[in-house]
Amino acid sequence: MTDSIADLRRILRDCKTIAIVGLSPDWHRPSHFAAKYMQGRGYRVIPVNPRCTEILGERCYPDLLSIPQPVDMVDVFRRTEDVPPIARQAIEINARCLWQQLGVTNLAADRLAREAGLDSVMDRCVKIEHARLFGGLHWAGVNTRVISARRMA
Amino acid sequence: MAADRTFQPETLAIHAGQIPDAATGARALPIYQTTSFVFDSADHAANLFNLATFGNVYSRLSNPTVAALEERVAALEGGRAGLASASGMASEAMALMTLLQQGDHIVAAGALYGGSVSMLAVNLKKLGIETSFVDAGSADAFAAAMRPNTRAVFAESLGNPSLKLLDIAAVADVAHAHGVPLIVDNTVPSPFLCNPIRFGADIVVHSATKYLAGHGTTLGGVIVESGKFPWDNGKFPGMTEPSDGYHGVKFYETFGDFGFTMRARMETLRVYGAALSPMSAWQILQGVESLHVRMERHCENALAVARFLQTDRRVGWVNYPGLPDHPQHALLAKQMRSTGGVPGGSGLLAFGVKGGLAAGVRFIEAAQFMSHLANIGDTRTLIIHPASTTHRQLDDAQQLAAGVLPDMVRMSVGIEHIDDILWDVDQALAAASA
Repeated sequence: MTDSIADLRRILRDCKTIAIVGLSPDWHRPSHFAAKYMQGRGYRVIPVNPRCTEILGERCYPDLLSIPQPVDMVDVFRRTEDVPPIARQAIEINARCLWQQLGVTNLAADRLAREAGLDSVMDRCVKIEHARLFGGLHWAGVNTRVISARRMA
Repeated sequence: MAADRTFQPETLAIHAGQIPDAATGARALPIYQTTSFVFDSADHAANLFNLATFGNVYSRLSNPTVAALEERVAALEGGRAGLASASGMASEAMALMTLLQQGDHIVAAGALYGGSVSMLAVNLKKLGIETSFVDAGSADAFAAAMRPNTRAVFAESLGNPSLKLLDIAAVADVAHAHGVPLIVDNTVPSPFLCNPIRFGADIVVHSATKYLAGHGTTLGGVIVESGKFPWDNGKFPGMTEPSDGYHGVKFYETFGDFGFTMRARMETLRVYGAALSPMSAWQILQGVESLHVRMERHCENALAVARFLQTDRRVGWVNYPGLPDHPQHALLAKQMRSTGGVPGGSGLLAFGVKGGLAAGVRFIEAAQFMSHLANIGDTRTLIIHPASTTHRQLDDAQQLAAGVLPDMVRMSVGIEHIDDILWDVDQALAAASA
């Protein structure tokens, strides 16, 4: 599992296209919050949800293998036990990072991803980590653990 | 890549929560003296109001200068998030009012700061929230007072002016066995000496007016959330159900381990308005940067004063948990950081001048530079005779119940030269005993 500030910063800088598996169309669901936030920060969000055709103005796909364009990060809003097949698809489509959301901690999927050379993040929220390392979360009084003599990049 | 470094409190006191300003590169913290912040677009405004993105809207909710204080105290406490307010009392009130509603019950330590007793026994009672007060020194007493409708346990890590230590781990176990959070007022030790979250506290409140600001100049308060309390245990629907106070947001689901702080900010601070001014946050942070250096000297000086008083024939008794023969010294050693090789007892001590109330009053009046006032945690040495001032409206029995003896003098030992402090104590004792 990757968890240092430097690694998370690199992942969030390099991964510009994020497939969000389990993205909900409901505005008050955490996945929707996270996706809308990432769109607002310039990321391309690709929804993956077999029950929808479009979410947040983006075409929605039933699974990762159906996405016709390159994906940098696969962000998983699913139950922990459902992650391994998603991890295998993430490897198959040449994603660079498997990101399991807050509360999602499948160790087998983590190992699969790392063995295939992907960065693997677990039990973290992509929105919260972006806000922690690139501004925003600090204003909510959160302990970001960032200690630095450089401006926020 | 190597794991992130765990920085020491001395470093956090100076750096946490503040990196060079993104816009200007200013190394010191800028004072954002502004009520409001512009929206980039209508969509940006909507996202901010929906809490779909983090940012500043209005300084009653958040402000970049205030945020630096919030994060710094959260970091010093080893907590997940912080929320500042206009005073320690405001922070305590907000922590309780975020969690509690009519019909709820609190179990609280008995020997609390007088303002806290008033809040619980009078103000919250008026709102239909009842408090049972118990002996702060007995975890069993806390357990015996728990009821099905208890929703919080409240105590001070080091009582003022009782100087009674809370066994934080034991009382946290009691609270958690009943599925409720332990809220600890950690004002007297400051986060440098004690981190209640390490021992199981769920929420920490501070009067930043005291050691954090440290110079007797500025009022402020901070709430810190551990991020570890399971708010979805069924007892706190306000954390898990759609919020009536903030258009349907489910705070715990959406913000997870800082959900309580977000709820306190958006439901309580936003509505009751006890916001900290950016200027005050900046002044408090000036103090926080030297917290560790001051606390070491406060502890060193207080221990020297306690030792001096202990051997003085004009003194009847001394209460300072930093003294090795104090009955709670072992608990102090467990819960407090050591400074100079001994567990830090803070700068607060109490003692009795032989000769009762009259001698206590004469001591106070004879002091040359020790200041007679009702604050604590100043660079200056402060003294007060509670029986003739803060508690004078109470009869003898009531004073005793509050831990106030007729001859009791409370000292908040400052960081002047120890020889000068001892000189002033000695000459005031001479006048009191003449």
